[in-house]
Amino acid sequence: MSTDTNTPEPASKVELPEHLAGGEGEIPSFDCTIRIARFDPEVDEAPHWEDYQVTMYGTDRVLDALHKIKWEIDGSLSFRRSCAHGVCGSDAMRINGRNRLACKTLLKDLDTNKPITVEAIKGLPLEKDLIVDMEPFFQSYREVMPFLITSGHEPTRERLQSAEQREIFDDTTKCILCASCTSSCPVFWTDGQYFGPAAIVNAHRFIFDSRDEGGDMRLEILNDKEGVWRCRTTFNCTEACPRGIEVTKAIAEVKQAILQRAF
Amino acid sequence: MSTTSIPAPRTGYSRHKSSRSKFEMFAWLFMRISGIVLVILIFGHLFVNLWVGEGVQAIDFGFVAGKWASPFWQIWDLLMLWLAMLHGTNGLRTIIMDYAEKPGTRMSLQVILYIAATVIIVLGTLVIFTFDPCPAGADPALLANFCHAG
Repeated sequence: MSTDTNTPEPASKVELPEHLAGGEGEIPSFDCTIRIARFDPEVDEAPHWEDYQVTMYGTDRVLDALHKIKWEIDGSLSFRRSCAHGVCGSDAMRINGRNRLACKTLLKDLDTNKPITVEAIKGLPLEKDLIVDMEPFFQSYREVMPFLITSGHEPTRERLQSAEQREIFDDTTKCILCASCTSSCPVFWTDGQYFGPAAIVNAHRFIFDSRDEGGDMRLEILNDKEGVWRCRTTFNCTEACPRGIEVTKAIAEVKQAILQRAF
Repeated sequence: MSTTSIPAPRTGYSRHKSSRSKFEMFAWLFMRISGIVLVILIFGHLFVNLWVGEGVQAIDFGFVAGKWASPFWQIWDLLMLWLAMLHGTNGLRTIIMDYAEKPGTRMSLQVILYIAATVIIVLGTLVIFTFDPCPAGADPALLANFCHAG
């Protein structure tokens, strides 16, 4: 515990007390400018940039900078975050023009000499500051039926699967539904009717699952005008995925599955 | 504070019911297959026209007429014309689909595209089968010199 009882408890790890932060392994600190696209629907017509000067440490992430701004400079800043450790998928945002999770992007990996731009993910209706309406995204997700579909009697034991069978769709089980991929897709930006990479990834997870029997239905759904054929293989989704899922490859596999089913 | 209305979401969800049409799948497949075939056709075309024999110097009305006297080159060029036109038209169609936001713009651009493609395909096909290097009754000054030989 802290020996100095007069100073209030720091709001976050950002402000480590001197005796903890100092010493031989001192974490280098630096000043940087965070440029955030602010949008208040009650006042603003369109988002506008606002700069915030903060002193951050080498171990800090973009999320820590946002926390510092919200807690110390401007409490009206709105953004989503839950676990803050890259698992829940709440804090996807456009950092320096690329879709990233704020909680997985270290400030030291960005160019701190220039302002770091942070804006809401594109293609989804903006609600406030960095918060977008995720409903169109989840609507597409629901449409591909992301749950196990089986027929017949309930099993009396586990549905067994070999390691090889599991390996086929292992990559697409990693999705955390942060919408980084879908909101990085240029086809989705201009016409939000496209199912989007995330929905296809989650369909892939069940289509190639040996225990599932709904693959045919899902392939039929994704054979739609707004389905996999709208993918232009620009690889934005693969580049954006914070979980390292090979999204474009998964989409290509679904395309192949539809073709094999047709011929 | 005055209440301002929040603009309607740009990407509201309004997807049409699945048409169960396989058109997009065939369009996608066609792009891949025609692309591969066109690589062979176009490079073959360039090699024969620009490289073999006297090369590019040999190209004139007579050279073209000579090639189209053979059904092999007629079919080659016909295939090249149709595949290239359909491949390009479909490519532009997808660009229009991706980037035109208003349904009106989308429709009018597509109409222009399809009319242009149809005119070029019909005209090109007609030329391949009816090409005459020395049309009767034409101004002799405009004709190639080999037309005067006979």
